[in-house]
Amino acid sequence: MDPQPRRNVDLARLKEQHRAMLRIRAFEEAALAAARDGLVKGAIHPSIGQEAVAVGVCGNLERTDYLLSTHRGHGQTLVKGADATAMMCELFGRAGGTCGGKGGSMHIADFKVGMLGANGVVGANIEIAAGAAHAVKLRGEDRIVTCIFGDGAINRGPFLEGLNWARIFDLPVLFVCEDNGFAATTRTRDLTGGPGPAARAESLGIPASKVDGNDVVAVDAAVRDKLTLVRSGGGPQFLVCRTYRLSGHTHADAAAYRSAEELAAAQEDDPIRRSRAWLEEAGLAAAELDALADEADAEMAAVSAAAAAAPWPALEQAYTDIQDIGAPSEAAT
Amino acid sequence: MTRMSYLEAGKQGLTEAMEADPNVWAVGEDLGRGGVFGQYRGLVARFGPARIVDAPISEAGIMGAAVGAALCGTRPVVEMRFSDFALCAIDELVNQAAKARFMFGGQGRVPLVAREPIGMWRSSAAQHSQSLEAWYTHIPGLVVVTPSTPADNRALLRAAIACDDPVVYMEHKDLWAYEDEVPDEAEAEPLGKAALRRSGDAVTIVSWSKQVHVCLEAAQVLAERGIEVEVIDLRSLWPWDREAVFHSVGRTRRLLVVQESVTVSGFGAEVAASVAEQLWDRLLAPVRRLGSPRAPIAYAPPLEDRLRVTAGDVVAAVEGLVSGREK
Repeated sequence: MDPQPRRNVDLARLKEQHRAMLRIRAFEEAALAAARDGLVKGAIHPSIGQEAVAVGVCGNLERTDYLLSTHRGHGQTLVKGADATAMMCELFGRAGGTCGGKGGSMHIADFKVGMLGANGVVGANIEIAAGAAHAVKLRGEDRIVTCIFGDGAINRGPFLEGLNWARIFDLPVLFVCEDNGFAATTRTRDLTGGPGPAARAESLGIPASKVDGNDVVAVDAAVRDKLTLVRSGGGPQFLVCRTYRLSGHTHADAAAYRSAEELAAAQEDDPIRRSRAWLEEAGLAAAELDALADEADAEMAAVSAAAAAAPWPALEQAYTDIQDIGAPSEAAT
Repeated sequence: MTRMSYLEAGKQGLTEAMEADPNVWAVGEDLGRGGVFGQYRGLVARFGPARIVDAPISEAGIMGAAVGAALCGTRPVVEMRFSDFALCAIDELVNQAAKARFMFGGQGRVPLVAREPIGMWRSSAAQHSQSLEAWYTHIPGLVVVTPSTPADNRALLRAAIACDDPVVYMEHKDLWAYEDEVPDEAEAEPLGKAALRRSGDAVTIVSWSKQVHVCLEAAQVLAERGIEVEVIDLRSLWPWDREAVFHSVGRTRRLLVVQESVTVSGFGAEVAASVAEQLWDRLLAPVRRLGSPRAPIAYAPPLEDRLRVTAGDVVAAVEGLVSGREK
C-alpha cells in the first residue's frame, strides 16, 4: 500500500472517485457471480484492480467527448455515464441491454453518452479513435476523443497506424495505454521489443508520460493535464497507466501462471484499498466508508436482479440492424 | 448525353456527391496528385486538402480511421488503390465496418465507401490483379457494387456514397479509359438492380464488371449465327437482383454465368445455385459457369491471357447450351 498520505487532495472529489471505483468493482463482481450461475453466457474480461484508470481517465471526460474502450471496459463505460442496468442486461444478453443484447460484454457501446464501443479485436479501436477525431476536426466540433487500450495492443499494427494517423493530422485524441502487464495470459514484457509503449509513442512524435495507474489521484491529475493540451488543439497525447490485473484474463481464467505471492502483493496495492486509506487518514469514518461499499454492492445486486428478470430479445432482432438493403428476412436467409 | 470515360464518370459522381454534402470526403494514398489512376485529378484544387486527403501507405489505418469518421457523422470515400491492398485492411472492413451497426444494436452507422479497383490489367501480376468481389458478398453488413459502364460508375458511386451502410465499390482497372454516353442529369440509380444489356430468348448470360463487355461481344457473334442471348449486368453483387435473373431464366430456360474471377466459390456459384434451387424444373440444360482457373494471375502477357474468359469462350459455352445439352 502507498505509504504516503495524500496532501492537498480535493477530498470531495476523492470520495466520489472512491465511490466510482466501488461501483465498478461491485458491477464486475456481480457479473462474475452471474457468470458462475450461468446467467452470463459469453466471456467477460474483468478489470478488477484497474478501476483507478477508468475513474481517473473517464472522470475527466465530458458527456459529449467520445470514448473508445476495450474488451475490458466495463469500468470505463460506467464512468462515462452508461446505465448500469442496461450494461448488465447486455452482459446477460437481454432486451434492454445497451446494444439490445446483440453485442455482449465485448461490444458494449452507449452512443448517447459518447461511448462508441468496446471492441473484441485488440488494438482495433486505436485507428477508429483516430478516425473519430478526424471527423471531429473535419466538422469543427468542440469535443475530444479518448482511446483506452491495453499493453497487449502495442504489438499490433493499428497501434502504429492509428498513432501515426493522429499525429500527421494533428487530431484531438488522448491515447491511454492501460498497462496491466499481461497480454491475455502471457507477460507482455516477454513479447515486446524495446522500452515499451511510451517510447513507441514518442518515436511517432506524440508526447507521452507515465503515471501510477493504481493511484486514482495521480491518474486524475495526469489526465487533466493531458486533456488540457488536447483540448487546446495541440494534437494527440499519450499516457501510460501502470496497473495490475487482479483477476484472470477472463472469468474462466484462474491465472495460474502467476504466484500466490505475486497476487498477494498486488492485492496490497489495490487502488480501492489505497483510496480508502487516504480517506481514512483524512478523517472519514470507517463506518461511512463501509456504507459506501455496501451501497455499491446493493446497487449492483439490484442491477443483476433486474437483468435476470429482463426478457430475451425478440427473435426478429437476429435479422435487424444489419443493413438497409440486402438484409435477410426470416423467410429468405 | 455527354461522352466520357469510366474514370471521368467516377470522378464526376464523387464531385457531385462532395458538392451536395460537406460531410463527404475522400482519403487515400496519393489523392493530392490525382490518385494512382488519375481518378481524383484536380479534386484537391477544387475541394482542398481537408476533403481530398493524402493518406500514408497505411491501408489498415485508412480503413480504420474511415470507420471512426463514418461513425461520427462524416461519409468517407476510401481509396484502396488496388483491391489486393485492401486485404491489409480486412479487420477494419469485415470486423469493424460491417459489424458496428449490428453489434452496437443499431446505435451507429458506418456510411463509408471503399473503392477497390479490381481486375487483370497490363501485366499487373499476382498482387495487383485480383477480383475478390465474392469474398465481400459473404459478409453480412456489406454492400458490393461492380459498375461496368461510365453512366453506372457515376450513378452507382453517388448511390454508394448516399448509402448509410458500408459499400465495397469495385471499379475495373481495364475499364478506366472506356468511353460511353452519360446522361447530363444525374439519375438516381438504386443499388441492387440489374441492367438488361441485351435481350434475347436462347440463353440468359449473367455477368458483371468488365466481363459484361466480353459477353456483349460474344452476343454479337452469336446473333450473326442466329442465336439471340440475353445479357444481364448485375451491377450490384450484394444485394443482387434475383428477380431479374429468375425472370429472364424462366423465359430462356438456360443460364450461363460469366466472371473474371476464379470460378471456384466465385459469385457465379451463388447465382447458379440460386437458379438451380428456384427453377430446376424449368431448365433445359445444366447451369454453366465460366471464370478463371484457380491459379494466381501471371505477369507474362500470354500467361495472363490464358486465364481470361474470352468472347470465344462465351460463344462456345452458349453453343454448347443450345445444341447438345437439351433435355
